[in-house]
Amino acid sequence: MVKLPIYMDYHATTPLDPRVLEAMQPYFTDDFGNAASRNHVFGWKAEAAVEKARKQVAALIGASDKEIVFTSGATESNNLAIKGVVEFYKDKGDHIITVATEHKAVLDTCKRLERQRQERIDELKLQRLMELTGEDVNPEDLASLEIKHQLDADPVLKRWVDKLRVGARVTYLTPKKDGLVDLAELEAAITDQTILVSVMLANNEIGVVQPVAEIGALCRKRGVLFHTDAVQGAGKVPFDVETAKADLVSLSAHKMYGPKGMGALYVRRKPRVRVLQQIDGGGHERGMRSGTLNVAGIVGMGAAAELAQQELVAESARLTALRERLWKGLSARLDYLTVNGSMSARLPGNLNVSFAFAEGEALMMAIKDVAVSSGSACTSASLEPSYVLRALGVDEEMAHSSIRFGLGRFSTEAEVDYVIDLMVRAVTKLRDMSPLYEMAKEGIDLKSIEWKAH
Amino acid sequence: MAYSDKVIEHFEHSKNVGTLDKNDPNVGTGLVGAPACGDVMRLQLKISDEGVIEDARFKTFGCGSAIASSSLVTEWVKGKSMDDAMKITNKEIAKELSLPPVKIHCSVLAEDAIKAAIEDFRAKRAARQG
Repeated sequence: MVKLPIYMDYHATTPLDPRVLEAMQPYFTDDFGNAASRNHVFGWKAEAAVEKARKQVAALIGASDKEIVFTSGATESNNLAIKGVVEFYKDKGDHIITVATEHKAVLDTCKRLERQRQERIDELKLQRLMELTGEDVNPEDLASLEIKHQLDADPVLKRWVDKLRVGARVTYLTPKKDGLVDLAELEAAITDQTILVSVMLANNEIGVVQPVAEIGALCRKRGVLFHTDAVQGAGKVPFDVETAKADLVSLSAHKMYGPKGMGALYVRRKPRVRVLQQIDGGGHERGMRSGTLNVAGIVGMGAAAELAQQELVAESARLTALRERLWKGLSARLDYLTVNGSMSARLPGNLNVSFAFAEGEALMMAIKDVAVSSGSACTSASLEPSYVLRALGVDEEMAHSSIRFGLGRFSTEAEVDYVIDLMVRAVTKLRDMSPLYEMAKEGIDLKSIEWKAH
Repeated sequence: MAYSDKVIEHFEHSKNVGTLDKNDPNVGTGLVGAPACGDVMRLQLKISDEGVIEDARFKTFGCGSAIASSSLVTEWVKGKSMDDAMKITNKEIAKELSLPPVKIHCSVLAEDAIKAAIEDFRAKRAARQG
């Protein structure tokens, strides 16, 4: 018998590996020193532990330990990489290219930079209108006055905007149907103002693994920095900063059996890449990230990275086999299934399936002893399903019917078999009470019906 | 998000799931919602010539709260006159199931389904009486 509940949501987080916990434990109590204390043994011990972990994390991605900056997590790493580059290289350009399926920590950072630039432009427009009219201008009248005074053709305003060094312009690429970036489209989007391309290694929802080596080579050729959010991919699929020609890499500890609240940013030294620090203070981490180091967390991340590296090949084969077992088990017993995202360029432990005519949240409720996640957003105020699936061109109804299975280090064959049985029962039950399934069986084309959306 | 016990009960042991003959002159069918929004509710009512709801069946594509709302209204409408059934509001449904604010639309859908089914029956009857 399997033990319930079953955890099959390893993309959300992973449990701490007991070996990692063991490595961390002394640094909470006995060896509690501040790694920045240079004049006693408590500090030296902490510093030695941090530097060992730095080497372990660097080794996982083929980097040098001097290129690793520890952070509070990958959200901070993504913020530091993107905002740090935009602020440091503002005289070089202000254009970023990213992808619509990136994590919110990348997308919302980009949106803030766009907003900052737009707000500054609006201020310049007001200033210019005051010059032209000789009067105070109410910001609310900007839209109408802008047209009246033909600001879009105003050479003075254009000169001001050209000199603007605030925020960024952002291009969001739409991936192909299989979730992968179109390299030709990426290349076409690069301009002489482009300073950064940010494309994730592996996607958190659909698990697709992007062609980072090709993207990195392209960026290098065009003199553009390449950042990759490697949170889901690092330690799961082969990745190193030289093959990928990556300049900045975001990592998270809790996605690889390390502790939560712990991350890192790889910042290339040769050729040297600079980021402007986002947190000011004592100048830790070579000035890029101030704040007393989380020694126990860092030790945990180091231990987790080393284990992930050692076990990558064997674990990847094991998880791929489990994933195949899950997919074969489901697809042999259920019809109308669709896998979302490329099946070949995919994380070993990821399976994202749409179970047509059954709603995702209801499915999760029907398999309540199993922790998975869904692209359905029945709970969100907007009722918008997964933006990742929508960016792939997946129909809204199919996005509402999607379930993400995330397999990991402690998943077993018995758990997979149990989940197959449970899913078959749940899908069958929900389809039996689904008017859409009945209509589809009767041969009615659901797209021909005029639905009354509420 | 935690579900209320009543939602779980109606979800796990849904009442009156099924299909009535939509061509039966005494059956009114209401189909509301849209697949793109993540919920579609079909409510069918068998209504006597005297205007009393004798039977109700539903099929719903949607979340647990949508299924529970459907199941609940099939129980509530049975034995009611059409006029009384028309008076059932989404607020009563939401209250009975303790639906949180993000799930209120499920109760709205259930209210709409009752109205749509009765309107369908009335339209059928009017057409029959020519």
